[in-house]
Amino acid sequence: MSGKLFEYAPAPESRDIVDIRATYGLFIGGEWVDSTGEDHHKSINPATEEVLAEVAFATAEDVDRAVTAARQAYDKVWGPMPGRERAKYLFRIARLIQERSRELAVLESIDNGKPIRESRDVDVPLVAAHFFYYAGWADKLEHAGFGPAPRPLGVAGQVIPWNFPLLMLAWKIAPALACGNTVVLKPAETTPLTALLFAEICRQADLPPGVVNIITGAGGTGRALVEHQGVDKVAFTGSTDVGRQIARSVAGTGKKLTLELGGKAANVVFDDAPLDQAVEGIVNGIFFNQGHVCCAGSRLLVQESIAEELLDRLKTRMATLRVGDPLDKNTDIGAINSAAQLDKIRELSQAGEDEGATRWSPPCELPERGFWFAPTVFTGVAASHRIAREEIFGPVLSVLTFRTPAEAIEKANNTPYGLSAGVWTEKGSRILWMAERLRAGVVWANTFNKFDPASPFGGYKESGFGREGGRHGLGAYLK
Amino acid sequence: MTAEPIALDRQGVDDIVSSAASLRRFLHGLPGVDQVGAQERAARLATRSIKKSAKAEAIDLAISMVDLTTLEGADTPGKVRAMCAKAAHPDPSDPSVPRVAVVCVYSDLVAEAVRALRGTGVGVASVATAFPAGRAPLDAKLADTRRAVEDGATEIDMVIDRGAFLAGDHRKVFDEIVATKQACGDAHLKVILETGELVTYDNVRRASWLAMLAGADFIKTSTGKVAPAATLPVTLVMLEAVRDFRAQTGRQVGVKPAGGIRTTKDAIKYLVLVNETAGPDWLTPEWFRLGASSVLNDLLMQRRKLTTGVYGGPDYQTLD
Repeated sequence: MSGKLFEYAPAPESRDIVDIRATYGLFIGGEWVDSTGEDHHKSINPATEEVLAEVAFATAEDVDRAVTAARQAYDKVWGPMPGRERAKYLFRIARLIQERSRELAVLESIDNGKPIRESRDVDVPLVAAHFFYYAGWADKLEHAGFGPAPRPLGVAGQVIPWNFPLLMLAWKIAPALACGNTVVLKPAETTPLTALLFAEICRQADLPPGVVNIITGAGGTGRALVEHQGVDKVAFTGSTDVGRQIARSVAGTGKKLTLELGGKAANVVFDDAPLDQAVEGIVNGIFFNQGHVCCAGSRLLVQESIAEELLDRLKTRMATLRVGDPLDKNTDIGAINSAAQLDKIRELSQAGEDEGATRWSPPCELPERGFWFAPTVFTGVAASHRIAREEIFGPVLSVLTFRTPAEAIEKANNTPYGLSAGVWTEKGSRILWMAERLRAGVVWANTFNKFDPASPFGGYKESGFGREGGRHGLGAYLK
Repeated sequence: MTAEPIALDRQGVDDIVSSAASLRRFLHGLPGVDQVGAQERAARLATRSIKKSAKAEAIDLAISMVDLTTLEGADTPGKVRAMCAKAAHPDPSDPSVPRVAVVCVYSDLVAEAVRALRGTGVGVASVATAFPAGRAPLDAKLADTRRAVEDGATEIDMVIDRGAFLAGDHRKVFDEIVATKQACGDAHLKVILETGELVTYDNVRRASWLAMLAGADFIKTSTGKVAPAATLPVTLVMLEAVRDFRAQTGRQVGVKPAGGIRTTKDAIKYLVLVNETAGPDWLTPEWFRLGASSVLNDLLMQRRKLTTGVYGGPDYQTLD
């Protein structure tokens, strides 16, 4: 072998399969229409800063058009349609997603910066699985435990984040449609392209016009959508700050609301944990999707007696992470989604250093263009440090130690958030003991960041309310 | 990482193996292996995409790591000679193809193989100790081993007593390995765990440590006579064991998956596993081997595809 290392030659996935238009309008009433406003936004590839396309910023008037189209489709077509007929459309969409999975995965990686390994092996398969899963529910709603004749809510206004653009779309649209609602969805301004491709898939599936409307834009468009009088249900995934504003504006209107917000999950490793797999779980917990995961295991709580050994193993493992071109099939960590997010990660990491925590990153060469941040671990973190309390939403891990299970619980729950948690131990009884006491919507045992359409997902406290996924997820779209 | 101070010196090892109870305590004190997690990690590494120059290098490396094996009741001197010729010159039309590491035969055919391979640089490995079951008196196992070494075997592939291991008699397994190692003299000792019979990854990790503490130069997954033979997760667990063993004792032990490795793709998956688990120090024939026979032809076919751009078809590969 030349040199000592087994160098993997670049293995880029071809981007020829995707066809990105120069400009995109809005998808309203089954048609592509121009925005009534002049504002545009350039969606860029965060790995290269190359401009991918110009997308419209929908105005309040555009939002009104979209809600009106959704209302008409709800009243005339989708609401009255029997569940078994709705199911056919959802199954068709699910199959089209599978057929066009490579295209969707490549586009997602280009627009978001996530490695193709993740968009190909995690995001897109889960997207298809969600549509298949909820397609199965569409004609069985009366058996779902929401009364003998549950009714849809009407028009759902849905606002989704940039970290899993297509997957969050699926989490929102699939249950809404299965229950008989129509939707107006606004993807994040930095990652609109897969949602716009999904609009094409809706056309390909002959979905009746107006059942799914996709409008692009930034915060203003989102506000206009959630505050629109014609919206019966608001579903939002994103930051806790915006979630608070939405809760305020929706209060007293009679609109139903589900919020899936931030997190600062504890990943708790006991001294009897399967160490090699725990290291994998820690890596997967915080470096999966560049740490742009609301349920990321961003706080590692490790039992003091094994802290040193575990950290040695973790650092050795981190040195093998491959950071770089998201389209390279061997990339483990891709690009940070935006310059703004990169600034935030840098600022909080600097705060970690300033507050006295010890910062470490493996030697790794970052590309010159684009937005990049090396996988980072902070040791000697105190519970009072900002990096132990605030959501960083980047590949930055804060390590704290504990002595007893009770102390682990105390520290894990000592956060305003409560979205997820992890427990690593070979002792089954301790897993159950911990799961009972952890104030988090999801507790993973000896694994982390596992998702399944049949499993409900959602938070405690400032991580939001309502559940998405599983039978529980239907409840958010029925009355 | 930086070189760690040695945590387990000669005295430490002696203490561990001083009694059956302390040996058991040590082996059961090793961190557990989560089955789902280990399988997931192996599966994820199997998605690495090794192309172009990396593939070319990987193929040559894999060829040089092959323990070309025939272990049939029907083996004859003629069959062994033919295989030896192939081991020395895997592709007679292309002298740039590296030779394989060793040929691996039953102990009564060692002399034949040694004669056939003289001067080629290819070593001779012999299975011994009542391979594959290992169900024979220790005297017979040691006689088997000594004879193979006397006939010129440079490596001995022994099997452990799985019955004793599963019965919890770690000490017996340990003593047999020590005795066989002594009988080997200068020959390298590979210890076959027969992971398909140990079943759990916890057992695989304990048996790996047991073999290494007893002096194994290599740990090997399987005889090839029991299904499942080598798998990626089992090899992952063994690679973690040799990595940890070196970190604690300073002594490096090799790994050999055997059985079930048939294609170039399979072989490359194992190399990726080595690279990202134990590390590049193990990526030489001295420390990693592939126990297989049919994989060689596939490696040659893929190699020729890379150099000429076309597949030659099976008739262009010799069948020995």
